Amino acid sequence: MTVKYSKDHEWVKVDGDTATIGITEHAQEQLGDVVFVELPAVGKKVKKGGDAAVVESVKAASEVYAPVSGEVIAVNKELEGDPGLVNRGAEGDGWFMKVKLADRNELVELMDKAAYDKFVAG
Amino acid sequence: MSGLANPCPETQMSDAAPRRTPLYAAHVALGARLVPFAGYDMPVQYPAGILTEHNWTRASAGLFDVSHMGQCLVDGPDFETVARAMERLVPADVLGLAPHQQRYSQLLAEDGGILDDLMITRSGQEGSLYVVVNAARKEHDFAWITRHLPRGIALRRADGLALLALQGPKAEDVLANFAPEVRGLKFMHYGALRLAGIEAQVSRSGYTGEDGFEISVAENDVVGLWNLLLADPAVKPVGLGARDSLRLEAGLCLYGHDIDETTSPVEAGLVWSIGKRRRSEGGFIGETRVLRELKSGVSRKRVGLKPEGRAPAREGTAIIDLAGRPIGKVTSGGFGPTVNGPVAMGYVAAGSSVPGTKVNLIVRDKPLATTVVSLPFVANTFKR
Repeated sequence: MTVKYSKDHEWVKVDGDTATIGITEHAQEQLGDVVFVELPAVGKKVKKGGDAAVVESVKAASEVYAPVSGEVIAVNKELEGDPGLVNRGAEGDGWFMKVKLADRNELVELMDKAAYDKFVAG
Repeated sequence: MSGLANPCPETQMSDAAPRRTPLYAAHVALGARLVPFAGYDMPVQYPAGILTEHNWTRASAGLFDVSHMGQCLVDGPDFETVARAMERLVPADVLGLAPHQQRYSQLLAEDGGILDDLMITRSGQEGSLYVVVNAARKEHDFAWITRHLPRGIALRRADGLALLALQGPKAEDVLANFAPEVRGLKFMHYGALRLAGIEAQVSRSGYTGEDGFEISVAENDVVGLWNLLLADPAVKPVGLGARDSLRLEAGLCLYGHDIDETTSPVEAGLVWSIGKRRRSEGGFIGETRVLRELKSGVSRKRVGLKPEGRAPAREGTAIIDLAGRPIGKVTSGGFGPTVNGPVAMGYVAAGSSVPGTKVNLIVRDKPLATTVVSLPFVANTFKR
């Protein structure tokens, strides 16, 4: 299973043609306490770079962009009642959605962990 | 995702290098996240985070560095002369202040719009008013006040003073360890106290809805006092992020957002701060609009807004009535940790301002069912 990262601070974990998407540990730390997450409807088609979800901290709302294109096949219902899960497990239990990959080639344009860490360190 | 570069949207960037309060190094040492605010690098949060800092202030005692605010003295020959001069600038009853009493008021423009809000205290020093204004407005305010004072009365900047706020149900116990007489201090009153040898002007006031104190001390003493207060296990440092969520739940206005040069004190629901004598006598800059609105009413009013569900509505969000007509805008909005849900305030057409009125907020192009409510969201615990 490979994990890839976008410059917009989303991560994608790929298992077969299913991509699990969330925001990175760095992103949650920068956001601070997450108080609300708006997730897409299951069945929605998201486009790489397009709006996929909204995450709100106490201070501000941020758009979450889809790092890959595809159809949303599941969303993390846990985040409705417990948005703080994003802070406690950004790259684990705090995942946002699962997408059926439309184009595996899009993964090539994303960074691996080492490249993302370097990107964040600036 | 968007917005990571500037997670604090109300911060104001400017070309000038940000200024620092005397506590800058203390904030850095505590691991604070510093953001530019009103020309200063200020802590928006410490490592505990905004939710924890907010809840700590409601349950125990939060310590805030508010040294960026503008402190000054207005001096004249005697109290009555100075109070009358100040009454020209604000609609509050300044003349009626008892010694050591404090009032909240607003500086008004000629057209009745609000130039800033401020605290005015009758200091123990005869013929001297102690005034605190907002950080972002202090240069403007000091110039405005100076320009409108008659000969013989002068504004003296107190740039050598720092300001701390200690807020929360345990604030009194914490301060009483150093100066037991704080227990006798009433809400909106102040006293000159010695806190572990440090001379301090302490007022029982704040911006959180909690009982608490604002403590003015010499710049050179503030680091010592900060450390002394933080040494009490009941006290934790709290940043501007929680200061904002606390004051929003308390229904208190933030200048530049909930009140500004376009809004009047009557529209803003601040009539309680206008002295009774002033309403009949007038005699203050901006009186034409204020007295007219007091008599004939206003077309829009500041109200509390409680959205259903969990999604916060932010500043600038459009408010529509159930018929779909635009009736106003949100001026402050976010998540209220004590309410445990979204809270907002804004201006709506007077006809929709009655508590209980159902309206919609347009959040990401969708209507969010919302009820107009009376403020505050969280009852205050002032010691009157």
